[in-house]
Amino acid sequence: MKMIMAVIKPHKLDEVREALTGLGVQGLTVSEVRGFGRQKGHTEIYRGAEYKVNFLPKIKIEVAVADSMADRVADALRKAATTGQIGDGKIFIFDLEKAVRVRTGELNDDAL
Amino acid sequence: MTAFHRRAAAVGLALLPLALFAASAWAQTTPAAPAAPAAPPKLDTGDTAWMLASTALVLMMTVPGLALFYGGMVRKKNVLAMCMQVFATCCLVTVLWMIVAYPLAFSEGGKFFGPLDKLFLSGIGFDKGHSLAPTIPETVYMTFQMTFAIITPALIVGAFADRMKFSALLWFMGLWLILVYAPVAHSVWGGGFLGAAGVLDFAGGTVVHINAGVAGLVCALVLGPRKGYKTELFAPHNLVYSVIGASLLWVGWFGFNAGSATAANANAGMAMAVTQIATGAAALSWMFIEWAARGKPSVLGIISGAVAGLVAITPASGFVAPGGALIIGIIAGAVCYWGAVWLKNKCGYDDALDAFGVHALGGIAGALLTGVFAVEAIGKTPGALEGNWGQVGIQGYGVACVIVYDAIMTFIILKVVQAIVGLRVSPDVEIEGLDLALHGERVE
Repeated sequence: MKMIMAVIKPHKLDEVREALTGLGVQGLTVSEVRGFGRQKGHTEIYRGAEYKVNFLPKIKIEVAVADSMADRVADALRKAATTGQIGDGKIFIFDLEKAVRVRTGELNDDAL
Repeated sequence: MTAFHRRAAAVGLALLPLALFAASAWAQTTPAAPAAPAAPPKLDTGDTAWMLASTALVLMMTVPGLALFYGGMVRKKNVLAMCMQVFATCCLVTVLWMIVAYPLAFSEGGKFFGPLDKLFLSGIGFDKGHSLAPTIPETVYMTFQMTFAIITPALIVGAFADRMKFSALLWFMGLWLILVYAPVAHSVWGGGFLGAAGVLDFAGGTVVHINAGVAGLVCALVLGPRKGYKTELFAPHNLVYSVIGASLLWVGWFGFNAGSATAANANAGMAMAVTQIATGAAALSWMFIEWAARGKPSVLGIISGAVAGLVAITPASGFVAPGGALIIGIIAGAVCYWGAVWLKNKCGYDDALDAFGVHALGGIAGALLTGVFAVEAIGKTPGALEGNWGQVGIQGYGVACVIVYDAIMTFIILKVVQAIVGLRVSPDVEIEGLDLALHGERVE
């Protein structure tokens, strides 16, 4: 199993969810996060006082999938989250050791 | 500057000759008003109805108007403290006005203070007027003036936002009302020496705005800057509140300026018209200057410009014509932008929400320009454009007297309060936020 973690632009979330459910992904977890990459931050000006905002709002997605699906999911995620502009985000893929469904106790692929 | 910015600036400049023409055209074509008959000492239902409404409008400027305008501009951890400071000032002034400040400000006689013959409002007219407003019950006039006495100290709160002890705030507001606001109001409006000298201040450019703004600057200097000023992010936490607040101020200001005619008459009508015109012009003036200088027209900028215009037209509103109002608005937007954006940063004082930059500078610009654009046919006093250059000097004299008295007294009051309860919260409280530390509440 693989854990796919992606940081994307907030307004691309719905497209990513549609793309992933289209591949049969059964669930994913979303958090509102802040961070910076090549996009860096932006400047805000209030009555002449300039503030550099270094951390921009992003969405973090975590989704666990079977090994056989990992590449397809990552590819679909990348295509759905792309705007072509700087700051589109990153995808990270980890090996996942074990998964447990809380309600039934099912393990690994059965739990996903 | 891009081509667009140059164009934006050019539009502003192009308006100036237009306004000058409008000002002179009014002066030439308006027939002289017939000599006013001696006002009969009889209550007028129309006047009374308008003044009841005006009083409610001016109270709305402070609660919730000013509380929201200021509350939106502070950080989230201090928004309740800001609302509390404004609200508590409103309540405290109400009680002190009833006990002692109203007679100090508006009892007849005395150059600086009125005699204390109406303590606890004893002897106030029930079915008769005050000599300054003979056609409305004195109860209405007293309450109308009370709403001015409420908003003036409440405006100062913006200067020392986020760092004053609540107990110190109550002491300061009480003493300042009695020792600064009451004598200044008496001197200008209540029959004191500045009114007698011919100083024109229709609705409080000097009494309210210069007075509050200069006191704010002294507070900012004595208390020192907020912890982290210029190094940490002090962005407004919710500018939508500030837009709502500024809009309530704008609407309420019709009661402030048109109500200052103390009657439902032609002066009130003209005051309303010029108030609207100056406000729109000043908001655009600030917006275009900011757009040209910083590249973006900001929401905080346009609402700040609107307040600057409201401040500047306040002393002028019963004396000038629409053309004069247009120019006063354009100049006020520019002057207050300069004060809040350039002057403050240059000098380094932390007037947190620009009580000085907007209210004192806007008030000074308005007071002096009243002397320039006053129209004899409207307010019975001609200004410089009608040949009476001396009026500008008289206006300057009024401004200077109030600045000097206000600055000295505010400094003394702050030192006294510092000795009694201390002025500033501890650094830990400032970091944690005043909402939780001082009031045990917070906004999530």
